[in-house]
Amino acid sequence: MQAVAGALGVAALRPIAMARGETKPVAVMRLGYVELADDPRYADRGEIDGIVFSDRGRPYEGGQVALQEARAIGRVLKIDFEMERAAGRSVDDLVQRVDAWIGSGNVHFVLADLPGSVLLELARRLKGEPVLLLNVSAPDDSLRGADCLPNMAHTYPSNAMLSDALVQYLVAKRWTQILVLQGPAPEDAAAVASLRHSVKKFGAKIVDVKPFVLSRDPRNRTESNVILMTQGDYDVVYVADASDEFGRYVPYQTALPRPVVGSAGLTPTAWSWSWARDAAVQLQHRYEKLAPGRRMNGAGWAAWAAVKAVTQSVIRAKSTDFDPVKAYLLSDKLTLDTVKGNPGSFRPWDHQLRTPLLLATGNAVIATAPLPQFLHQTNVLDTLGIDAPETACHF
Amino acid sequence: MSLTTKLAVLALSAMALLPMAAHAKGTGYVFVSHERTNNIAVIDPKQDYKIIKWIDTSHRPRDMNFRNDRHQLLVACGDDDVIDVIDVATLKVVDHIPTGHSPEMFELSRDQSKLYVSNEESSSVQEIGIKDKIIEREFPTGAEPEGIAITPDGKTLYVTSEVDDMVHVIDLKAGAVIDNIVVGTRPRRFLLMPNGKDLWVSNELSGQVLVIDRATDKVTATINFLPPGFRQVDVTPVGMTMTKDGATAIVTLGRANHVAFVDTATRKIEDYVVVGNRPWGVALSPDEKTLYVTNGLSDDVSVIDMASHRPIRTIPVGRVPHTVLVDD
Repeated sequence: MQAVAGALGVAALRPIAMARGETKPVAVMRLGYVELADDPRYADRGEIDGIVFSDRGRPYEGGQVALQEARAIGRVLKIDFEMERAAGRSVDDLVQRVDAWIGSGNVHFVLADLPGSVLLELARRLKGEPVLLLNVSAPDDSLRGADCLPNMAHTYPSNAMLSDALVQYLVAKRWTQILVLQGPAPEDAAAVASLRHSVKKFGAKIVDVKPFVLSRDPRNRTESNVILMTQGDYDVVYVADASDEFGRYVPYQTALPRPVVGSAGLTPTAWSWSWARDAAVQLQHRYEKLAPGRRMNGAGWAAWAAVKAVTQSVIRAKSTDFDPVKAYLLSDKLTLDTVKGNPGSFRPWDHQLRTPLLLATGNAVIATAPLPQFLHQTNVLDTLGIDAPETACHF
Repeated sequence: MSLTTKLAVLALSAMALLPMAAHAKGTGYVFVSHERTNNIAVIDPKQDYKIIKWIDTSHRPRDMNFRNDRHQLLVACGDDDVIDVIDVATLKVVDHIPTGHSPEMFELSRDQSKLYVSNEESSSVQEIGIKDKIIEREFPTGAEPEGIAITPDGKTLYVTSEVDDMVHVIDLKAGAVIDNIVVGTRPRRFLLMPNGKDLWVSNELSGQVLVIDRATDKVTATINFLPPGFRQVDVTPVGMTMTKDGATAIVTLGRANHVAFVDTATRKIEDYVVVGNRPWGVALSPDEKTLYVTNGLSDDVSVIDMASHRPIRTIPVGRVPHTVLVDD
């Protein structure tokens, strides 16, 4: 029996300070976390009723939970895991901050809670620097496609993954005739574009796309009255509503008795508080301890997964250096516990994390995707999102 | 009420934790704990696998162990932070031993005076003196500690951390974690081989059983599972048991809905047998003719004939059956 505490792996870790006592860390692994100070995605809305319903809390605490998990093992392996948080008002701010981290603080893995366009600009300006940005909240397909960059990886699911998960479920239920209600936001257009792709992929049909506006003006009723908008023949209503102001009034108001999916009703998501299998309850409890009064959402899960991917790679690669840790993280050796059954790893063709997704209502997980009916030649998780042969990403 | 039972009840009320004269030796009962219905089903194989009793327990009963020459059945109840003490003669909960937050798996010390309990939500293993119900020592672990094993010499304790992918090695004399072995993803349970040399650990998410050489604390072999028609990601091994001679190990494969029979000498898989949905718990009857498997997501217990490896019965039980234990 080896008599040295934490003998495994420590020899290979870069010693930053000599251990003087049992509690002294011998290595420090510091992560970064950037966000936008005035991120419009987190602005209070309530434009219609003045009430904010959805959990728009930032995902930071999710990362903190994974950091806490890593600290338990850091104590025995003599690695001190830390995470620095910075809010910027502009891309310039963020570039400056990340540059400083790289330069002095030895921070190379940076979680990014940013709108897609801001993240893309940041990644472009950090090109060639020893940094990996981990996207925890932007679903844009383009970031995993034509705009992809080798210094970006994504733990938040893409729009393509989310709509694939939903359409798999609809096809499994044979609810294949879809009426789409589309909001005015660019995010809504992006979600509908992904839906079109998914529908083609799995064999469903969009029977009509009707734009809606937030309005009580009777002259706008063809674009604001759910009953008028849901005339016709269809199996299911899909709502694309990034504002969350319209969608929540669609269920039970449709002209026909049909289910509602998308932004309201049955929603594809990376996480739901009501998921109770695969040690989810324990994770949920750890989150609620750190974020009292809140429940973890999809972005919170993505931040948890991003930190977890880094800390797991540190442990497995037996290093705190950027290159070996990044190489392990992006390799097929990563077996990330997604807490949703299948283990996760990053797709080499676009750096998107493979993960099961949940199809959840406000208080229940109805199904997990991929649905068992959908198979894949190598990994069933690759039935969700853009697969290697069709990728537009070329690093 | 028979005289024997009356005596037992009197004895229980007076000193529940002491050995008793009256007991139910050789009942052959099969005990199944249920995480969601908060009870233990007592199955009598001699009465055509009838459930002869439901023992109500504290909330979320999980791992179980016998104590005091099988007079007592202890069960860890995760949601009430206690270990319930059940009198096997009367099949009633007669005492509670407080634990840390969310006890999941536990083992008894060789002299049965102490409990070693992994507390799923407080990242520690506690050593609890049973007589005085005192937490004597607490060892920090990674997050979600689960599987526990004590070596036959009583000197070393092994604990898995599900979240941190480690096996902690605790020297009980020194009272310290003396080594940490990085294993597969989400390590769950142990099997100590009779040769005293090898320690098996099941890794739920990486789908393997790893063999640790106890002399060096190094992983020396990997056993991979793949029942026909399944994919690697669906193979999530958790529970393990083996025949008394140590020749054959049985591993439950979780989402793959099978158990695997492994030749421990060659580490080759001899057979796969289909069971219910998400098998975790597994136990052999004392005569080793029958294998019991708890199926967590189909709320039943599979009964398998060891000679033919054929499932001979499925017993509907409570919700989310966790552990199965057989009295002899």
